[in-house]
Amino acid sequence: MMKSKTPFRWSKAVLYLLMAVMSLPFVFPTLWMVLSSFKPEAELFRKPPTLLPDVWTTQPYVDAVTQQPFWDWYLNSVYIATLVTVGTILFSSLAGYAFARIRFPGANALFFIVLAGMMIPSEVTIVPLYRGAAALGLVDTHWPLILLPMLGAPSVLATFIMRQFFLSLPVELEEAARLDGLGRFGIFWRIAFPLSRSAIGAVAIITFLKSWNLYLEPLVFLSTKAKFTLPLGLVQYVDSYGAMQWNTQLAATTMTVIPILLVFLFAQKQFVQGLAQTGLKG
Amino acid sequence: MSDEGVTRSTTDSTKRHTVSWRRRDWLVGYAFVAPTVLGSVILVLVPLCAVIWFSLNDWNVLASTFKFVGLDNYTKLAADPLFHSSIRASLVFSAGLVTFNVTLALGLAVLLNQKLPGTTAFRTFFFSPVVVSLVAWSVVWGFMLQLDGGINGFLAMLGIDGPNWLRNGPTAMIAVIVVQVFKNVGLNMILFLAALQGVPQELYEAAQIDRAGPWRQFRSITVPMISPTLLLVTIITVIGSLEVFAQISVLTKGGPGTATNVLVYFLYQQGFQYHKFGYASAIGVVLFVIVLLLTLLQWQSRKKWVHDEV
Repeated sequence: MMKSKTPFRWSKAVLYLLMAVMSLPFVFPTLWMVLSSFKPEAELFRKPPTLLPDVWTTQPYVDAVTQQPFWDWYLNSVYIATLVTVGTILFSSLAGYAFARIRFPGANALFFIVLAGMMIPSEVTIVPLYRGAAALGLVDTHWPLILLPMLGAPSVLATFIMRQFFLSLPVELEEAARLDGLGRFGIFWRIAFPLSRSAIGAVAIITFLKSWNLYLEPLVFLSTKAKFTLPLGLVQYVDSYGAMQWNTQLAATTMTVIPILLVFLFAQKQFVQGLAQTGLKG
Repeated sequence: MSDEGVTRSTTDSTKRHTVSWRRRDWLVGYAFVAPTVLGSVILVLVPLCAVIWFSLNDWNVLASTFKFVGLDNYTKLAADPLFHSSIRASLVFSAGLVTFNVTLALGLAVLLNQKLPGTTAFRTFFFSPVVVSLVAWSVVWGFMLQLDGGINGFLAMLGIDGPNWLRNGPTAMIAVIVVQVFKNVGLNMILFLAALQGVPQELYEAAQIDRAGPWRQFRSITVPMISPTLLLVTIITVIGSLEVFAQISVLTKGGPGTATNVLVYFLYQQGFQYHKFGYASAIGVVLFVIVLLLTLLQWQSRKKWVHDEV
């Protein structure tokens, strides 16, 4: 399988075949979801299965947005993820910059306190977080879903990425700016921050996706349907007898997944590079 | 910045200037890190202390009881067959996931590393589920894995009578593992691909002169050269696998029976369905200790293998 200088022609064909077969479990579910979401109920479980719908229908899409407050969920997910992303970029770049550049007493200890968050998955502390939110009257509000990812354990990776990036910036740029009379905030805001676009991009992608996909926290903190986020909403498509409304659910899922997939296709390089950094997490 | 410094000698003024700049710099430093540090203290460290304290108390919200019971919750846990089965489910899940995930990730990375024309398209395919939410991905797989769903439909066309995947202990476990693997294997694949591209070509050229076959090259050159990444990826994947929750909740609800009732799902059930907060906290502490040990192991190994990091 390793490179050889004179590859046989058939071995190339085998490799392509192998890759095509391996693509199936990655691509087919999404394709199947989209196609099934246009099938009428009766066709969903037909044997043998139909790949393309025999009868195309958009009824599942109508049902998805009329039977449940789907657009509320969409709006909630979008605004929460946006707020979390903007906030995380701001706080993690400030802290990352200070930890990389500014020498102040106790910096190492404080950095260690922040890093500790990497060892503590939010599942561990979900009970006290819930009790804390309850004590502050924040249960069934969006506050926990905004504040926890922005300032809690999930933001540690962002701080870490930003710090690593600022460490790699040549310090001469900042020294020149300082001699020109710029204060520390000016140096950060006018020099360092604009230069960190690639790191900010990585942080933005990781953070947005994490918030967009959050499930345990909304499940625990939210109880009013109209306040749900999309992941929590997607599992609400059952009829009054508790039976799954599959095509309606698949329509809702399609509307949730496709926009993100399209963004991914256009900004692949940033996504792959950014998300690969989650590998740093432990 | 002092005005009087200007009248003194230049070196003196620069020094004063620097001293005051530095002092103000401290304050700026504290201000910059304040939100993040406060966030970590209030949202991570205090809750961690709280979860340990809660775990030492008998706390049932419905009965509104809260009293200190020492290690009672832990002795109860140790004797709870549900806890045993959830530890077992987590072990099986983690072992299955890591084996399958790491093998597949490495295989795909080797395939992509052949650099045939058009491989970037395949890289996109393999990576795409990473950006799909786990709930959405689980919903789709749940649909396909129904007794009369797509997968059994296609199997029937081949004359195979497929099982009721999610209602049958072993196949349900396989299903939740497979769903997670195809969702996230792209990440590990990218890490492996980067490592593979860092292996010096001369080694392979030398091996070819020695007439070493592809498998031999893979075993004697590739694997040793990427072993740091291999170790890192394995540990990260183990830690990630312990936090599994969403697809269990969507696909199996921990069932059938307790077959897929992994630790976090067990914690969720005890805490938020049965409202036993003290007991759930003890489960949280157990989870924390496991993750902590694995993380320390990871840092230890990183120190040993990777030189350019912190």
